Amino acid sequence: MSRIGYYPGCSLHGLSREYDESLKAIVPSLDTELVEIDDWSCCGASSAHGVSHLLSVALPARNLAIAEEQGLPEVVAPCAACYARLATARHEISGDANLAGTVNKVLVRDFRNSVQVRSILEVLKGQVATIKAKATRPLKDLKVACYYGCLLVRPVEVTGGYDDAEDPSSMEEVCKAAGATPVKWNRRLDCCGGGLSMSRTGSVVRLGSAILKDARAAGADAIVVACPMCHSNLDFRQKAMISRGAWEGEMPILFVTQVVGLSMGIDPKTLGLGRHFVSTNAVTARLAGAAAPAAAGEVG
Amino acid sequence: MGTHEHSHDHSGPEPLAARVERMTGLNPAKCYQCGKCSAGCPMAAETTLRPHDVMRLVARNQLERLRDADGMWLCLTCETCTARCPNGCDPARTMDALREIFQGSGEGRAPKPIRAFHKSFLDQVRSHGRLFEFGLILSYKLGGGPLFADVTTSPGVMARGKLGLAPHRVKGLQEIRRIFDACGAQEEGR
Ligand code: SF4
Ligand code: SF4
Repeated sequence: MSRIGYYPGCSLHGLSREYDESLKAIVPSLDTELVEIDDWSCCGASSAHGVSHLLSVALPARNLAIAEEQGLPEVVAPCAACYARLATARHEISGDANLAGTVNKVLVRDFRNSVQVRSILEVLKGQVATIKAKATRPLKDLKVACYYGCLLVRPVEVTGGYDDAEDPSSMEEVCKAAGATPVKWNRRLDCCGGGLSMSRTGSVVRLGSAILKDARAAGADAIVVACPMCHSNLDFRQKAMISRGAWEGEMPILFVTQVVGLSMGIDPKTLGLGRHFVSTNAVTARLAGAAAPAAAGEVG
Repeated sequence: MGTHEHSHDHSGPEPLAARVERMTGLNPAKCYQCGKCSAGCPMAAETTLRPHDVMRLVARNQLERLRDADGMWLCLTCETCTARCPNGCDPARTMDALREIFQGSGEGRAPKPIRAFHKSFLDQVRSHGRLFEFGLILSYKLGGGPLFADVTTSPGVMARGKLGLAPHRVKGLQEIRRIFDACGAQEEGR
């Protein structure tokens, strides 16, 4: 049983709680224990770094410092934005003794920057053999477009290079272990519009609809993501894309943890599939082996 | 622009390029304007200044032109530019430095909804230690965000159990406030 620190981040306790639910549903099968960081606080996301660089380092550092005090050698941050903030803070502190000193002064903690920061893909990639072995209901016939977005694999100085920044494969490996078939497509590293969802919806519609269209053209049944912001921009914002004439129809958006969970035969409701805005019935019907998606009932 | 010319050697404001270099640790003049950063930038289609334009203007100390531009406010920090730059420049970090400079001097001309969003976001974090999404949306709308920021009114958000109605307050709130204060990121009266 490996023990890993868990930084849920604000989204996983709010708008994207199904990501948290599906992760917690699969970790027992992965022989992993998640230890939540005590009294964790917001990483500052896309707002702190535009105001103060120090704030953008100190907010994540508080969480890493607590993890260190808890004796955790590594921490997983499933949200790609949180992951980027925590990993960037770690990277910048390790290369700058002045900054390290300032951060300790601000935190009033004796932080030694000893905690490794892992993305969800890095953790799951290390478990592909187990995932394959536990996939009692492999997702045969499910074609998935693995979407990385911006922050999961770049820049490599920050990620430590667990995957290739220009041609990554970790998410495809995980989906294959779950029995799904990844499609080849072009826009898997494009940006979804990130934090502009509320303040500049038009940009998110433009960027997100291009991603959906490319996935559809490649024959995908669903897009797989590993970030709550990507999920919300591609799932929740599909309606805005339709109403603004940029998109037609439906493309289910799944968290990578839900893909793994489905292959383990975990109930879609436990995995939070019913919390999505775009119906995932087409996906679950396929898995049930039903010939027609119409045969599926309401999920959740 | 004239103000810079008349300033004395050491008492005048630090030139922009030097200031950015001090903040980022990278010399903006290193950029050789190949444009690779802009070719990959998802927001280049919407901004008046693209990342390589920003780099050039920083290197040439064109503070005013940058201040009036929207590029750094629309920047998504997607790091595409930084990852693709063949020359080790860091346009994404440069955008951050510019935001920090303009925000700090109160000269930021960020589009109103974007400024309102970041302000509401940080106010939530300062008050609770975590983002309280419902509070964010309310304060964002009251603070000038567009009313079609429709997360709360959108059918199904509540039914899906997505939005908590009460904030969670972290225990270490004193520490959070201290971090904000030490970083000079107190609530601004704007
Ligand atoms: S890619 Fe790098 S060198 Fe080329 S224009 Fe952009 S910042 Fe300058
Ligand atoms: S980080 Fe900003 S400037 Fe760079 S590519 Fe992304 S949106 Fe463009």
